[in-house]
Amino acid sequence: MTDLEQDNFQPWFYSEIVREHFFHPQNFLDHDLELDKYNAMGRAGSPACGDELRVWLWVDENDERIKKFYWRTFGCASAIAATSMTSVIVLEGEGMTLAEARAITPQQIMESLGGLPTRKIHCSVLSDKALRDAVNDYYRRTKQFDKIEPEATRIVDPIARVTDKDIEEAILSGAKSVEEVAQKTGVRLNDPRVGQEAAQLVKFYLEKYQG
Amino acid sequence: MKQRQVYLDYAAVTPTDPQVLEVIVDVEQRGLGNPSSMHAKGKVARDIVEASRKTVADALVAHADEIIFTGSGTESDNLAIQGVARVHKTHGCHIVSCATEHPAVLETLRHLQERLGFEITLLEVDGNGKVSADQVKDAIREDTILVSVMYANNEIGTIHPIADIGRVIDKYRKQNKTIYPLFHSDACQALGALDVNVEKLHVDLLTINSSKIYGPKGVGALFVRRGVKIAPIQFGGLQERRLRPGTENVSGIAGFAKAVELAGQCQKKEVRRLTRLRDYFIKQVQTKIPNTRLNGHKSERLPNNINISFLGVEGEALLLYLDAQGIFASSGSACTSEKLDPSHVIMALGVPHMVAHGSIRFTLGRFTKKKDLKYVLEVLPPIVKRLRSMSPIKVNES
Repeated sequence: MTDLEQDNFQPWFYSEIVREHFFHPQNFLDHDLELDKYNAMGRAGSPACGDELRVWLWVDENDERIKKFYWRTFGCASAIAATSMTSVIVLEGEGMTLAEARAITPQQIMESLGGLPTRKIHCSVLSDKALRDAVNDYYRRTKQFDKIEPEATRIVDPIARVTDKDIEEAILSGAKSVEEVAQKTGVRLNDPRVGQEAAQLVKFYLEKYQG
Repeated sequence: MKQRQVYLDYAAVTPTDPQVLEVIVDVEQRGLGNPSSMHAKGKVARDIVEASRKTVADALVAHADEIIFTGSGTESDNLAIQGVARVHKTHGCHIVSCATEHPAVLETLRHLQERLGFEITLLEVDGNGKVSADQVKDAIREDTILVSVMYANNEIGTIHPIADIGRVIDKYRKQNKTIYPLFHSDACQALGALDVNVEKLHVDLLTINSSKIYGPKGVGALFVRRGVKIAPIQFGGLQERRLRPGTENVSGIAGFAKAVELAGQCQKKEVRRLTRLRDYFIKQVQTKIPNTRLNGHKSERLPNNINISFLGVEGEALLLYLDAQGIFASSGSACTSEKLDPSHVIMALGVPHMVAHGSIRFTLGRFTKKKDLKYVLEVLPPIVKRLRSMSPIKVNES
């Protein structure tokens, strides 16, 4: 076979920075973490495509800067690279403050990665969300409840106007299956697209709160 | 040192065989005319096309006038399905097909359903990805004009019982004294691996494709049984009995015929060799790596198809780690698809999302050696292990 790199054709789909972080991910958690090694945990998922991400932070309680950022992710190259890059951004220098960490946007992560294919942005950049979830968790654990900022919601069923939040609340109020969630929220399971996404969300939240 | 490269994506496209390449170059270098032209250069071009038609027909045990050359397998599927729909809609608007068909069939059917008011029944497959002749029999109605079921699945390699389905349809037609339903099968993956005798299969229309059998890209063919009426879906000159107007791709057609000929010569030996390699690889993966799942039927599958899900691992990440080691495969993960949907074929098996997400397809071919597979078996386990260690999803150790 001929050399794939000849004639300036590019044999790699993503940017060089994505390649570097994908093959050499920074700060990922390759061992089990002791409880006293972190004081905040966050998660985010893209139930539509099955990607899932968890982060563990160690926040210095004196200056509330993030000193450790561990992560695990189930996802494609851009999901892995985006999470790795986020950890690097957050830990740079003396570590970001919680307010700074909260302000990180998917665009910022994407730019640091040297860009991502458009169709990948929505699903693979979940690390900002997981990070905000972890910041909330820190405030919860330190009983600074006024500082918790709930995430914005997303519509799952445009006709019955059911959001991911509605599904989350249905689970929190005791629903144990997709059918029970449908009863509580009115989400239309007979629409295949809606049904599939609802089922994924139900699974996600069941695991989050009961698993 | 140049990196080792192991191409295991033969179901996507096969490399052009050097002997085929020779034929293509030879035809191109002759500086022939348009096969429709009334001069010597045109006549020779015409003869090449017709000789090629005969070669392809022979491989299917068909008549030369039953072969229509097209531009691809997709085009043949479109011509078959839309061609039947256009002529026979006066009889009925119901078509039976299968949930795991290639998009060339599924999207054509969707077009007929959404834009032209056809009713489509998509048969569900069993856990191995198979439909049965009984399912087809039960789905046929008085207004069913066409049944379209692929011969072998491109993703999971499962072989459908086409001859059985053909017989069931034949019997229905005899009992009801009707010519309906017509029977089409997409045999793109089957050509060169399975028996494509159209008499034994009882098909009226059969799609085949050059780029899956070491021929050039951009050439396909459709077998249309004598007496079966279809309408063209594009218009122009008189080529291909008006069913596929446009100047013939002479060198491509000649290359396709050469590829068909070569495939026929080595089919028996090659099927045996690939089946052995396939089963060796599957067994080794299952021994070396915990928590995997073979997708598709264990034995009733294409000799070159291996489709395995590595639970807890995302397919694109795995694919690209393999790519970095010079191993080229494909995945049913949502992340690798343009639409970001997981493979409809694997989802149709009734398995959880994660199975599609972690699925990798390795397809072997003429130039695959056992030592290539040994290399993959060396590289694969540590990659799976590493990606699993990066994942928050824990798979039951069993």
